Amino acid sequence: MDTGFLVAAAMFLQLAAQCGTPLLFGTLGGILGEKAGNLNLGVEGMMMMGAVTGYYVAAVTGHPILAAFAGGLAGAVGALLYAIITVTFQGNQTVTGLTLTIFGIGISNYVGKECTSMTLPASVREFYAPIVVPGLSKIPLIGKMIFEQSSFVALAIVLAVLIWIYLNKTRIGLNVRMVGENPSAADACGINVNLYKYTHILAGGFLCGLGGTYLSVVYITRWQNDLVAGLGWIAVALVIFAIWNPVRAIFGGYLFGALRSIGLVLQNTQMALFGYEIKLDPQLLDMLPYIMTIIVLVLIGIQKKKEYQPPGWLSRSYYREDR
Amino acid sequence: MLKIIKRPPLAEKKMFILRLLAVVFAIAASMVIIALLGHNPIKVMIEMVRGSIGSKYRISETINKMVPLLTLSLGVCVAYKMKFWNIGAEGQFYMGAYGAGVVAFNFGSLPSYLLLPAMFLGGILAGGLWALIPALLKAKWQTSETLVTLMLNYVAIRWITYLQYGPWRDPKAAGLPRMMHFPDAAALPEIGGMHIGWIIALVLVAFIYILIRYSKLGYEITVMGENPRTAEYAGMNTFRILLIAIMISGGICGIAGIIQATGLEHSISPVLSSGLGFTAIITAWLSKLQPVSLVSVSFLFAMMLQGGSYLQSVMKVPSDVAGVIQGVILFFVLGSEFFTQYKIVWDKRRDEESRRVDA
Repeated sequence: MDTGFLVAAAMFLQLAAQCGTPLLFGTLGGILGEKAGNLNLGVEGMMMMGAVTGYYVAAVTGHPILAAFAGGLAGAVGALLYAIITVTFQGNQTVTGLTLTIFGIGISNYVGKECTSMTLPASVREFYAPIVVPGLSKIPLIGKMIFEQSSFVALAIVLAVLIWIYLNKTRIGLNVRMVGENPSAADACGINVNLYKYTHILAGGFLCGLGGTYLSVVYITRWQNDLVAGLGWIAVALVIFAIWNPVRAIFGGYLFGALRSIGLVLQNTQMALFGYEIKLDPQLLDMLPYIMTIIVLVLIGIQKKKEYQPPGWLSRSYYREDR
Repeated sequence: MLKIIKRPPLAEKKMFILRLLAVVFAIAASMVIIALLGHNPIKVMIEMVRGSIGSKYRISETINKMVPLLTLSLGVCVAYKMKFWNIGAEGQFYMGAYGAGVVAFNFGSLPSYLLLPAMFLGGILAGGLWALIPALLKAKWQTSETLVTLMLNYVAIRWITYLQYGPWRDPKAAGLPRMMHFPDAAALPEIGGMHIGWIIALVLVAFIYILIRYSKLGYEITVMGENPRTAEYAGMNTFRILLIAIMISGGICGIAGIIQATGLEHSISPVLSSGLGFTAIITAWLSKLQPVSLVSVSFLFAMMLQGGSYLQSVMKVPSDVAGVIQGVILFFVLGSEFFTQYKIVWDKRRDEESRRVDA
């Protein structure tokens, strides 16, 4: 293998991580909600709301952290609408989530009309520019992927690990899983089911908003209509692909990010593998995340292992007096 | 103290009033939002109505938008009756268009009266088979149909994109990645300046109404939706019913794709559905799976879509506002469902109890 290939591969992995980061944020947000028993199909809408708000605040104030916070908050506002309807008013989760997506895309594109002429101030761009760790970033292949990234990319990883610890190693995390598996049992244990649902749906929305902000402020660095472009739906898929595990979501996010970047990098290039001519079609490659998710779903179904199953009460409402 | 209690089932009339109230509140709320966005809400509303039903041309545009939405909603209704949460209407729509395209591009020399029926057959088959995948997976391994159908939507859209850039790319369109046009014989006939899609949609309404209300299969579907175990005890072949019903569901969604492709675009593109496959889930749900009320709900939604695009051209209000209004109205209606089953009462007894505890 020549060095040229290594350099290209290193840059590809770096790009994969960048492509995968918004997916990772959306997936983590989805996991939080689903662990509490709420399937929120509004990820795309919340990411849009986060993307436009984050971009707007970044462009107007030039304050990078404030922008991220505002973006997260916008996602949480979308999640709040969803939570009020599905938790308090026990509306249908699928329909409410879809509605949130329609609403989020509509309002973000509308507000975004003003953002198309705005540019990001240097203060924001410099703050989120890739940080090169001296020495380590020179490691062949994975150096650039891990040690030459924006702080935002690192944030996603840290959050994924923290959420894993939270869900699996803490008392409150256990309660969350109980709410998702069997709310009446949780209720009997004195757990405030609705409070848990609200906080986790909102936190999930915040993460989706962060993912949107990353997209508009760090990755694409300008505003355009329909900026999220279906990434939210891939995140919904990734939640299953990762089998509701935040750490697996890192690998899943990066893998799907890599699949997306293959399309960008190898657009219509011919490759020869074992003497066969292979033409990689970016459109067909784009199908892979969804097909792989279906395969994972089927495998989960065949395995029947308890830990691989979706939360037992996923997308069902809980009304106390129905117990 | 406020307390939520279950209420006895509401009478039809009260139910209707409750829904109406929700819509009134929703319209009020969306007017506030429009005002906050810096537009005159009354003018926006009036223009939206004018833009959708203000002239003969606009009415026909609204109906053109209603036809695919109504057809798709009918398709998902069949699945929902069975509590099979098919959210794959979008994908079945594109596969329907694809199936029609296969026929059109391979047998383009046929006369119209042979070609069109063949295209419909191909499209219905393709849409139905596409819907069969999640049904088989569910029957065999209890795979969640919601998630599988959702994923298959994107696979279908990417498939159309692939065809557009690859095998079915129009060589005459210079550098543009555009799909070839259908042969002229593949165009849906027109009556009075409108393609006959609306007739097809109305026939389908009648078909679904009769199927659900008066046919054996419809009865079996309903029983399966109410309680799959009852269906099995009654000796129904649930597997067979599931597959047939899902084929019908997917096939009808496919028809929507064929109508759009043959009636409007005379070709296929990955934005042919403009997301109506998702809107259809909402309309189906809003109409309580009643084929007849679906007609009015779809028309209202089509009015919002058409009114929205009219707003853009007349008032320079971005058409995205239509999405916002749609969202707000839906949020209210979704929330109002709660009050059909529960009511909030002032619980005096608990008040007194707490006072006693305090004292």
